[in-house]
Amino acid sequence: MGAIITLSVLGILVLYLGLYKAKNALLPVTLLGLLVAFGFTVADWNKDATPLFNGMVYFDKFALAFSMLCIFITALILLLSKEYFRNISEHVAEYYCLLVFSLTGALIVTAYHNFAMLFIGIEIMSVALYILVGIRKYDKASNEAALKYFLMGAFSTGFLLFGIALLYGASGTFDLEGLRNYVLTAGEISPLFYAGVLLMLCGLCFKIGAAPFHFWTPDVYDGAPILITAFMSTVVKVASFVGFLRLFSMVFVPVSDLWTPVLLTVVIITLFIGNITALMQSSFKRMMAYSSISHAGYMLFALVSISVTSAASMFTYAFAYSLASVIAFAILILVKRETGSDQFESFNGLGKRKPGLALAMTVAMLSLAGIPLTAGFIGKFMMFNQVMGGYNIVLLLLAVVNAAIGVYYYLHVVVNMYFKDADGEMQIQIPTSYKVVLTLAVALTILIGVYPDCVIGLL
Amino acid sequence: MENIVQNIQGVPLNHYIIFCSIIFAIGVIGVLIRRNVIIIMMSIELMLNAVNLLLAAFSAYRGDASGQVFVFFVMALAAAEVAVGLAIIIMVYRNTKSVDIETLSKLRW
Repeated sequence: MGAIITLSVLGILVLYLGLYKAKNALLPVTLLGLLVAFGFTVADWNKDATPLFNGMVYFDKFALAFSMLCIFITALILLLSKEYFRNISEHVAEYYCLLVFSLTGALIVTAYHNFAMLFIGIEIMSVALYILVGIRKYDKASNEAALKYFLMGAFSTGFLLFGIALLYGASGTFDLEGLRNYVLTAGEISPLFYAGVLLMLCGLCFKIGAAPFHFWTPDVYDGAPILITAFMSTVVKVASFVGFLRLFSMVFVPVSDLWTPVLLTVVIITLFIGNITALMQSSFKRMMAYSSISHAGYMLFALVSISVTSAASMFTYAFAYSLASVIAFAILILVKRETGSDQFESFNGLGKRKPGLALAMTVAMLSLAGIPLTAGFIGKFMMFNQVMGGYNIVLLLLAVVNAAIGVYYYLHVVVNMYFKDADGEMQIQIPTSYKVVLTLAVALTILIGVYPDCVIGLL
Repeated sequence: MENIVQNIQGVPLNHYIIFCSIIFAIGVIGVLIRRNVIIIMMSIELMLNAVNLLLAAFSAYRGDASGQVFVFFVMALAAAEVAVGLAIIIMVYRNTKSVDIETLSKLRW
């Protein structure tokens, strides 16, 4: 709880700093605030968790672990922001403030124990992001992305709310505990409840960008500023998944006969659409957008066969995926600043010019593809293991085929970096903060890959 | 208050559910087929208001106030969302001089 309060205050504080033109203090203050929030989550780790505020929020280990992950990744992304925001607009404080508010929403979504908090958390997270996506006011791509994101976000919220209303009609409560009791004790479950479950499934699939509700994702990820794309595809995506997993593992497990076939279809479509369209992209940023769709498919494995290890699998996968995405987007920012384009060709010759950057990029791509000795492999292994536990052999086979397709397009950029020569001179300056972030993320990726117990043991 | 609850209960619950589902469906269809951004936003509002009505009806039938409190949350957050949404639409209009969603097709597949 301390973390949410700290972050809410921090957002307002940052706005005031912007008002008094303290531009140089923005980044240190925000990072310090994140550190304090992180400290609060660590301090709560060993306490006995009970639902707080009449069962509104519930900071169990599950919520705390994902809160820590979200705060950590946000801190990495903020470290990358030093020069980035100043190049886009003069109102730098708003960036930090909105990012912090969005993170607050994400934390609420990880810890909700009542549908009111789920709804409020998702809204706080999304409304801040609508603005961030469209923050380049005179760029038409950014405008279009903001409008599409806003319309699709509001549309999916409608589905989510209708689902909540029907669940309330059936059970008479918004509380997760109460809903679980209703599912377990009611002799005959009302048809309203079933309709509500399916509508909530649709709404949440929109939020995580799973096919067939994915069509907004590539456009929005492509049009948004790169750093905001990084935030969306890591923190926001992870938080939505956590909300999804908490709801389904806590409440809807007894009625899994109803939604498992639906979810299985969603997973299979998501994997194929994500991977096959990613193959055809010529822009690295857009490829990352499609790859994020396919990763949503892999992360849904934890929901297809829910068990005690679901949370740990989801955490490991989300951690690995977020680290690799941060590395990839950080390098994309540097490359784009130099070459002005985000096509695969702009990575040509990076292996000779900047071996360090190329190495970091290679590690990130291998991790996303799920090659052993990287964190991505452990994540994929646990997810596949999860599906094995549910005896979904067909799904497993399809997933392996998709993983193979994934290797092809992730290695595309590696091939460009090492085996193709660039046309002109390339003088990439790497700021110190980028070096710190890249080193940290690469080290963690390899550490988890070699010694996975340090993450799996958490949950 | 008692009077209102009695009035609401004068109509069978099933009628509320069917009515709200129809309004919600009109909203969904509006979002999917209309091309004007303002009308799409109004359709989204229609969806949210169908939810509000349904929550109020369930709440009155169950004699449980939490459903009505939820309606306030929905209204407040919908207002916040619309404020941001209208700002985005004005920003788009300044750049493209149009509120037609077809003009926004710079980003494609």
